[in-house]
Amino acid sequence: MQQIINFVIRNRYLLLFLLLEIIALIFVFQSHTYHKSKFVNSSKNVIGSFYTQSDKLKNYLSLAKENKLLAEENTNLRNLLFKKNLAIDSVIHKVTDTVYHQEYHYITAKIINNSYAKRNNYLTINKGLKHGIQKDMGVILPNGVVGVVQDVSPNFATILSLLNENSKINVGVKNSNHFGTLAWDGKSYEEAQLLDFPRRAALKIGDTIVTGGKSVLFPEGIPVGVIKSLKLRNNYYENIVVTLLTDMSNLGYVYVINNIDKKEIEKLEKNHE
Amino acid sequence: MNNIFFRNAFLFVGLVFLQILIFNNINLFGYVNPYPYLAFVLLFPYRKERSAILILSFLLGLTLDFFTDSGGVHAASTLFIAYFRLYFVRIILRKSEFEYGALQLNTISIDKILMYFFVLIFIHHFLMFSLEFFDINSFFEILKRTVLSTIFTFLVTTFGYYILVSKKN
Repeated sequence: MQQIINFVIRNRYLLLFLLLEIIALIFVFQSHTYHKSKFVNSSKNVIGSFYTQSDKLKNYLSLAKENKLLAEENTNLRNLLFKKNLAIDSVIHKVTDTVYHQEYHYITAKIINNSYAKRNNYLTINKGLKHGIQKDMGVILPNGVVGVVQDVSPNFATILSLLNENSKINVGVKNSNHFGTLAWDGKSYEEAQLLDFPRRAALKIGDTIVTGGKSVLFPEGIPVGVIKSLKLRNNYYENIVVTLLTDMSNLGYVYVINNIDKKEIEKLEKNHE
Repeated sequence: MNNIFFRNAFLFVGLVFLQILIFNNINLFGYVNPYPYLAFVLLFPYRKERSAILILSFLLGLTLDFFTDSGGVHAASTLFIAYFRLYFVRIILRKSEFEYGALQLNTISIDKILMYFFVLIFIHHFLMFSLEFFDINSFFEILKRTVLSTIFTFLVTTFGYYILVSKKN
C-alpha cells in the first residue's frame, strides 16, 4: 500500500498528464465518429453569444454583398413565378399538388462563426431548438448547399459543413436520374469530389451537379457545383472534381430546411432494414 | 504571487480572445493560420510544481476546441507540449532541474530561445494537424500545414514576445 502511494506521489505529474491526455483523445475520437453528438461543440450558449457579438461588428462590412445576394434571389424567384404561370396555363392538374402539399419549410438563420480552412469544418448559426431547428436538417443558400445541422442548443446550432470528412451528400446530374455522393478531400474549399457515380451516367466537364432526390435532407435539384475535371479508368470514374457554386469562405444568411415528411419517410424506410 | 496569478490569467484570456477573433480568421493562402495562443505554455513560469501548467494548458486547449468545434485536438496537443517542455528546457536551453525555479527566459541568449520556441511550436502543430486529419494518407498535407503554420506562429510569437513581454521585465 505504502509503495502504491509512493508511486502515485512520485509520478503525480505523469499520471495527471496521462489522465487529461486520455480525456482529450476521447474527445478527438468522438469528433471523428460520424453522426455522434459531441460534447465539445460551439452550439453552447456562452460561445454562441460570444460569436453573436463579434458577428455584429463584421455585419456592416458584408451589407453590400448580402444585398446583392437578396436581389439575385428575388430575380430568380420572379423568374420562377413567371414560369409557374405558364405551367398553370398548360398543365393545370399538376399544380394543385404542390399548392396543397408543401414538403419543405425554410427557416432563415445567420452564420455567426464560419470555418473552411480546416480538415473538418463546422459552422455556428444563431438559431436553435427554440426556432424549430433540429438535428439532421439540411442547410442551403439560394445558390448552393452548405451542410447539415449537427448539434443543437436552445438558441444556437452547429452545422456539419460540406467541407468535412463526415459530410456525404447525395447528388445527381441535372436532367438525369443517376446519383452519386459529394465528399470533400480536405484540400481546397472551392472544390469537392464526386464518388460512386455509375459509368452509365455519361458525365461531361461543365455538367451541373444538383442535390439528388434520394436524400430527405434537401429538396431535389438545388444546384451544388459544376464538374471541373474527371478521369475514366477501366470504365470507372476516377477523380471527379466539382467546383462549388457556394463561396464557403464568405457565408452570411442561410436557409435551414425542415422536411415535413422526413419522419414518415424515415419510419417507412426503417421497416425495410 | 498575486502579480504572477493576474498576469497569467490576463495572458490566458487575452490569448484566447486574440486567437478566436483574429488569428483563426487570417487564412493566408486560403488555409494557413498562426496559433500564438501557444505562447501561454511557452511563457508560463518554470517551476518544479507542474500541476498548474498541466491543468491550465488542458483548459486553454479545450476552450479553443469548444470555439472551433475541433473535438479535443487543441487540448491534446497543448497538454502534450506543457508536459514535455521541461525536457526541451534541458536539451535546448541546457538548464538542469535545480535551476527551474529560477529560470527566466530573458536571461537566456536569443538564439537558444528562438530554437526552443521553434521546436515546441513545430511539435505542437504536427500533433495538432495529425489529430485533426487523423489519416495516414494525408501525411504530406499534414506536413505542409505543419510547416507553414509553424513559420507563421513562430513569427507572430517571437515578434509578440520581444515587443510586449521581454521588455517589461
